[in-house]
Amino acid sequence: MLQYVAKRVLLMIPTLIAISIIVFTIIQLPPGNYLESYIAELQAQGESVDPQKIAFLREYYGLDKPLPEQYLHWATGMLRGDFGYSFEFNMPVTKVVGDRMFLTIIVSFVTILFTWAVAFPIGIYSATHQYSWGDYGLSLVGFLGIAIPNFMLALVMMYVANVVFGTSIGGLMSPEYIGKPWSWDKVRSVLEHSWIPVVVIGTSGTAGMIRRLRANLLDELQKQYVVTARAKGLPPRKVLRKYPLRMALNFFISDIGSLLPHIISGAEITAVVLSLPTTGPMLLAALKSQDMYLAGSFLMFLAFLIVIGVLISDLALVALDPRIRLQGGVAR
Amino acid sequence: MSTLELPPAAKTTDHFVSTEPFDPGSAVRLTPEQERLYLASQWKLMWWKFKLHRVAVVSGVILLAMYASTLVTEFLAPYNLHTRHTDFIYASPQPLHLFHEGRFVGPFVYDRHKALDMETLRRNYPEERTTPHPLRFFCSGDSYRFWGLIDMSFHVVCPPEDATLFLLGTDRLGRDVLSRILYGARISLTIGLLGITISFALGLVIGGLAGYYGGWVDMTVQRMIEIIRSFPELPLWMALSAVLPVTWSPILIYFGITGILALLDWTGLARAVRSKLLALREEDYTTAARLMGARPSRIIGRHLLPGFMSHLIASATLSIPGMILGETALSFLGIGLRPPITSWGVLLNEAQNINVVALYPWLMLPVVPVIIVILSFNFFGDGLRDAADPYR
Repeated sequence: MLQYVAKRVLLMIPTLIAISIIVFTIIQLPPGNYLESYIAELQAQGESVDPQKIAFLREYYGLDKPLPEQYLHWATGMLRGDFGYSFEFNMPVTKVVGDRMFLTIIVSFVTILFTWAVAFPIGIYSATHQYSWGDYGLSLVGFLGIAIPNFMLALVMMYVANVVFGTSIGGLMSPEYIGKPWSWDKVRSVLEHSWIPVVVIGTSGTAGMIRRLRANLLDELQKQYVVTARAKGLPPRKVLRKYPLRMALNFFISDIGSLLPHIISGAEITAVVLSLPTTGPMLLAALKSQDMYLAGSFLMFLAFLIVIGVLISDLALVALDPRIRLQGGVAR
Repeated sequence: MSTLELPPAAKTTDHFVSTEPFDPGSAVRLTPEQERLYLASQWKLMWWKFKLHRVAVVSGVILLAMYASTLVTEFLAPYNLHTRHTDFIYASPQPLHLFHEGRFVGPFVYDRHKALDMETLRRNYPEERTTPHPLRFFCSGDSYRFWGLIDMSFHVVCPPEDATLFLLGTDRLGRDVLSRILYGARISLTIGLLGITISFALGLVIGGLAGYYGGWVDMTVQRMIEIIRSFPELPLWMALSAVLPVTWSPILIYFGITGILALLDWTGLARAVRSKLLALREEDYTTAARLMGARPSRIIGRHLLPGFMSHLIASATLSIPGMILGETALSFLGIGLRPPITSWGVLLNEAQNINVVALYPWLMLPVVPVIIVILSFNFFGDGLRDAADPYR
């Protein structure tokens, strides 16, 4: 068991290195040296260029050094918690980012809980009532959930919430908490404001999960042990609760690997529409102004979040599933 | 061994041999239906099975109609893509009428004129229900360049000579939303097809190599797929499309975006190809082919791939909607396609804030075709997947 955990954690390292190389490549992709175009832009705006600052930036990124060295500098900087310097905001990325990454984690986490809470009963109902009207109806709703782009859903929900409930939506907390240190009231305010983004982000993920859970459970329901249990006279509800449901629970955790990237993607674009103080709007702004180091940090952070999420789900699976625990490996 | 003798050649056998042609089905006669079933080719069986899935067939027809419409968009759209009507800015959808004062006239519209609401400063376009203006059919209207080649002005439907025809309203420059949606289909629909072609090719080659060679090739490909998959799709798409050079022409951007969408999408297909190949390469017929000296490319292409091509096509169909949604999202955010190229996402870019939802909700209409296409592709792909293995 411990050996497996150690192996799993070690395996993460090359993945993260590879991801960081890809992100660094993307940072370097825009043609020309960022600094040069930055200076040119400043001069075009008629602002004077502070040679000291330019020198500082050049020094900071080692921009006149060869690429591999720049990469090493950037990557090791991240390990020290130094995510680089935002050209756009003129301050270290960590300061620009502030609470945003933390809020992204919260929103993603709550969305996963929401997805589970909705997908679980519906998936079970669909599988046990296959080809009933309820199943067809829920499947159609699920398909619609996949088909409606979530940014549109966000817009419409925002409008509906405004008209029906009379609340102005947007943001993740009441204005008086912005910039304040974390307290229980602030947490409650965040939770109160987060239901719209959570519903919007969760919809398409939930739809996908219901379909996968239904297919999985249908397979499980046809297995011989279920037939045996039924033949022995166990009531259907108990059969369901005792065996296939427990298998399905397993699936819930192992499915995080495909759910999490989806949720994070959805969270980014929904956050732009709802102007949530998460990474989304900032990432878009950074990309639009070609502030690549800031954008790169966000990308790196999101990928890291997914890698960690998958790691946690794998470890939870080991803890939960005796077959994996006893054989010392994940059977895939 | 000189005692060995062959029997005399001309000697007839003692037992009876029928001279009738051999008919293996003589013992158990097949009914004509059974015969049709057993003799049908695999593709024919798939077609029969696919036809059973009603929703999938309907979806297929819808998709076919939509793709066919992109061939003759210029005829179908009542206006040119770029025609501006400065008198009709943010005009609401114009109703189409059939009866004028209880008398049947055929499809017609009433004339409308701008009336500024002095309190809210909103533009209203009330109808003047005095004279009906019948629509013209198969007529000459806005001029355009058919497929960018031939100057023409033929339309299936034109607005009346002295009135307008904005069935779905107009946007902030007074351009007809319906026409723009029709033109947008051209870009939005082809981007999915083009993207899937690229990602299909990538998936086949990379997955094929990994599955056939196994070993370190397989290991490398597997790791690569894992790493690509651990990126959140949309942010990576955003980053890549944001670094497309600003100096590129819109057409180049179009191909660039398609490439980006395809670049991240091939992993699923490659995985499917790999796992199938791993299983199939142990089959006897593969060994036979190898012993006969067939090259790997021939074994993969001629013997292995056809065995599960139908599955691949089905799963490729299921991944087209993701690409269409991806393009829509990128263009919506303003880092995908840019005007003058018009896709549904570019149109939705106009509907970015809540004011639009409240004041000009018809600007969100381009989302309707998006939903229809995504649903159709999902159902169509589902039907294909069920039909892909007709022997089950």
